[in-house]
Amino acid sequence: MTFRGTSLSLALGIVLASSTSSFAVTEISWWHAMTGANNEVVNTLSKEFNESQSDYKVVPVFKGTYPETLNAGIAAFRAKQAPDIIQVFDAGTGVMMAAEGAIKPVADILSMGGAKFDKSLYLPGIVAYYSKPDGTMLSFPYNSSSPILYYNKDIFKKAGLDENKPPKTWPEVWDAAKKIKTSGAAKCGYTSAWLTWIHTENFAAWNNLPWGSNENGIGGVDVELKINAPIYVKHFQELADLAKDGTFRYGGRTSEAKPLFLSGECGIYNDSSGGLGDVIKSGMNYGTGPLPYDPESKDAPQNTIPGGASLWVFAGKSDEQYKGVAAFFNFLSKTEIQARLHQVSGYLPVTLAAYEETKKSGFYDKNPGRETPIQQMMGKAPTENSKGVRLVNLPQVRDIQNEEFENMLSGKQTAQQALDNAVKRGNAAIKQAIGQ
Amino acid sequence: MASSTRVTFPNKFLPYLLLAPQLAITAIFFYWPASQAIYQSVLREDPFGLSTQFVGLDNFRRVLGDPNYLNSLQVTVIFSVATALIAMALALLLAVMADKVIRGKGIYRTLLIWPYAVAPAIAGMLWLFLFNPSMGTLAYLFRSTGYNWDPLLNGDQAMVLIVSAAAWKQISYNFLFFVAGLQSIPKSLIEAAAIDGAGETKRFWTIVFPLLAPTTFFLLVVNTVYAFFDTFGIIHAVTGGGPGKATETLVYKVYNDGFVNLILGDSAAQSVILMIIVIGLTAIQFRYVERKVHYG
Repeated sequence: MTFRGTSLSLALGIVLASSTSSFAVTEISWWHAMTGANNEVVNTLSKEFNESQSDYKVVPVFKGTYPETLNAGIAAFRAKQAPDIIQVFDAGTGVMMAAEGAIKPVADILSMGGAKFDKSLYLPGIVAYYSKPDGTMLSFPYNSSSPILYYNKDIFKKAGLDENKPPKTWPEVWDAAKKIKTSGAAKCGYTSAWLTWIHTENFAAWNNLPWGSNENGIGGVDVELKINAPIYVKHFQELADLAKDGTFRYGGRTSEAKPLFLSGECGIYNDSSGGLGDVIKSGMNYGTGPLPYDPESKDAPQNTIPGGASLWVFAGKSDEQYKGVAAFFNFLSKTEIQARLHQVSGYLPVTLAAYEETKKSGFYDKNPGRETPIQQMMGKAPTENSKGVRLVNLPQVRDIQNEEFENMLSGKQTAQQALDNAVKRGNAAIKQAIGQ
Repeated sequence: MASSTRVTFPNKFLPYLLLAPQLAITAIFFYWPASQAIYQSVLREDPFGLSTQFVGLDNFRRVLGDPNYLNSLQVTVIFSVATALIAMALALLLAVMADKVIRGKGIYRTLLIWPYAVAPAIAGMLWLFLFNPSMGTLAYLFRSTGYNWDPLLNGDQAMVLIVSAAAWKQISYNFLFFVAGLQSIPKSLIEAAAIDGAGETKRFWTIVFPLLAPTTFFLLVVNTVYAFFDTFGIIHAVTGGGPGKATETLVYKVYNDGFVNLILGDSAAQSVILMIIVIGLTAIQFRYVERKVHYG
């Protein structure tokens, strides 16, 4: 009995001590999916923030891949153990948006921190993507990227191609790839990460074509896919034909194709600008270029849509925690932090000031090509085809496409059949997900 | 056959108390999740659990009407039969061979049992490192001989890869039981047959193999259950169910629909169906197959 009494009073003492503001450090948990160099950035940022003030402590926790992190967050929410901040990838944006009761809009939180939230400080294309149709910003754009072209300059030289001229259009890419293959400069000409994000979603925006109805889902959740229009069929049939003799090599559904490029097996590669870190690290003689476009579409190139991930805040936390989150987001928005993030990682700066700062510092003159992802996204005002792609079940719809593409690339079906199936199955999945 | 004298406990509560830990474990790890799955399978719910709606058997109707579900069933049958057969046949061969070894018996057995200690996901990764077309060492050799090895796109090759990995991991376990089974066969029987002029093959098929039947039957049950449920880690690490849906087994589909596609109702309905399948399989195995097993 005495022991129980002591421990009780001890516990009471701890509770009392921790509730007095002089001792209190509010912990902010942050679940993320960053690996390698990007993981180090997460840890450094948290450490810097924690040292810059004494009221809040951000605790980053690595939760696996992007989809795994999202699932962990959802499971934790159902168990009433949700973290404060969770990093959700582009395709998960619609999932989070559909869960209105589960999240707290970042716009609300940022204005809680005392500082007034000014949306115009942020890059418009990115902010629009993470906002509700009425303009309320829902999540904080932590790491945004856009797809670019990487090529191996040594292989270009060996194949007799101009190493300072990356192919600009898809036909130019196919020609260069064939030349690399036939000249024996490399075993494969072209490979690509993320066939869905790059070759359907960004292909549509960059060529100013509808990907789905309702402004690709930005205007409303009821979407019918349009990716079996003739121009997509032509594009994918060309890929399928190139796959037959190995001129195009398939690496996997996300960024598994990267080793094919880094090892020198393939000469040309499409991936997110966020993949730049690994390319630099490999020490290869590489060049970059904008995402290729289809010369037959008259508005191309239009603008690319944001990829990467953003930070979401769960609902049901205390005001003290939200204030901490606000302080952390304001810290992340600081010009010097954003400029540094952008320059070390290949991700886009999220504030205009950071972009201007990087420009002024002469970074882009010293590192040609590093401005490409921003110019691609900001070059033209977005049309209804190029604001972004949003579905309540985009991860599922992407997987359906991936399955059909795999059956096409293995020669089981034509591009027309693959895309028709992807549209049919995708539409059915969307209907089911929105409850129709 | 029932014995007339039964052991009875004088205390009425003691037996229940002794059983309590086991009952608690069964309740927490089986009955509770199973009842949750049944409950979830008649609901339609959004991923976050914010809105829930009772839909009766709609989820079951949709799952059973989905051609992908039938495909998944077919994939599971092929995968399980192939894995169980290969794992058991190779283990039996190795056990018979190891039984003949006189020097270094212990080392042989230890090395052959080793892979069993490897976790499924790690086993998958090991095979992936060897056979992944982008980075695999052996895949590189295959390709350099001109063979078009590409399990990322070729569904049959992907199936071969996961069956190999799953069987490789299970061989050790089967080996262990076959070795034990072989040791329990009286040497006198084999010697008598040898004196009567039966060759080695004849001795194996007419004496050793039938006497191993109880072990074989036990392993058949264990291997089928293993191929059904414990191979998730391997499939997840090696193929992720692809290419297309070529290696999406029933268990993998439950995971994919529930945790990737976030359709909880469909996923729960599938687990309930899976539960029924397994109960049925086990019942059939014990009721009909066991009768034919000769327990010596």
